Amino acid sequence: MLLIRCPYCGERSEIEFANGGEAHIARPADPMSQTDEEWAQYLYMRDNPKGLIAERWRHAHGCNRFFNALRDTRTDRFVMTYEMGRPRPEIDAATLAEAAR
Amino acid sequence: MSDTMQVSRNGFTLVPAADRRRFVLQARPGTLDAAVRALGLAETPAMLAAATGGAVTALRLGPQEFLLLLDPAGAEDSLSALRAGLEGVAHSLVEVSDRQVGLDLSGALVEPALASLTSIDVAGPAFPVGMATRTLLGKADGVLWRTGPDRFRLEIWRSFAPYMSGLLNEAARDAVF
Ligand SMILES: [Zn+2]
Repeated sequence: MLLIRCPYCGERSEIEFANGGEAHIARPADPMSQTDEEWAQYLYMRDNPKGLIAERWRHAHGCNRFFNALRDTRTDRFVMTYEMGRPRPEIDAATLAEAAR
Repeated sequence: MSDTMQVSRNGFTLVPAADRRRFVLQARPGTLDAAVRALGLAETPAMLAAATGGAVTALRLGPQEFLLLLDPAGAEDSLSALRAGLEGVAHSLVEVSDRQVGLDLSGALVEPALASLTSIDVAGPAFPVGMATRTLLGKADGVLWRTGPDRFRLEIWRSFAPYMSGLLNEAARDAVF
């Protein structure tokens, strides 16, 4: 069973959660000022990294809150979860290596 | 629905809970504190905890969400106090009385029966008396509230009741072995 630590409820099974796509993507403050290319970049272009990704998750069958998580896309290991609005945390090399293992 | 809302076997009993008015209150934490004062509860329940006072029970299902269970006898008084206390403050208060049903589960086999439906740890140390949370039970959402060492209140959507009581009946039968 893959456990995900909800920042509000603690560790729960993966089946209680819904993925919300890549995190830290800011909506342009003034959409009308955007070119089509810039708007397409905001709407569609994602990093899709092989390795560590910051993404949004929602505790859909629990407290219903969105939060952010750092996950390694190769191993599915969750390095940490954190509340929405906080900047993406820095991860040291040892933690990164452990997540890739 | 009546026959699917009753289960009685050795070590496991499921009966409809006493009638309650139900409300979902969503607001910022400071506003939830104001709601607690208006409802006359002693203190704001922590995450995944319950607070009861008079005719009111508040289950803290999320950082910004209460499920309120009100005794119908005192409900109107509680509601007017709540509305007065939250006057002019942003919040959402939605009545869900008829959306949900409450089931009272009791007996020595309640823990193992629930454990076969949910991925969360329902044993005493991890799920103490007074704890409440929404979770998945089988394939349906439900709110679990531990009301005693061998007692749980289950709040589920009305149309899930035959599914849930059926699953629990089977789980309780299997839990004997
Ligand atoms: Zn949660």
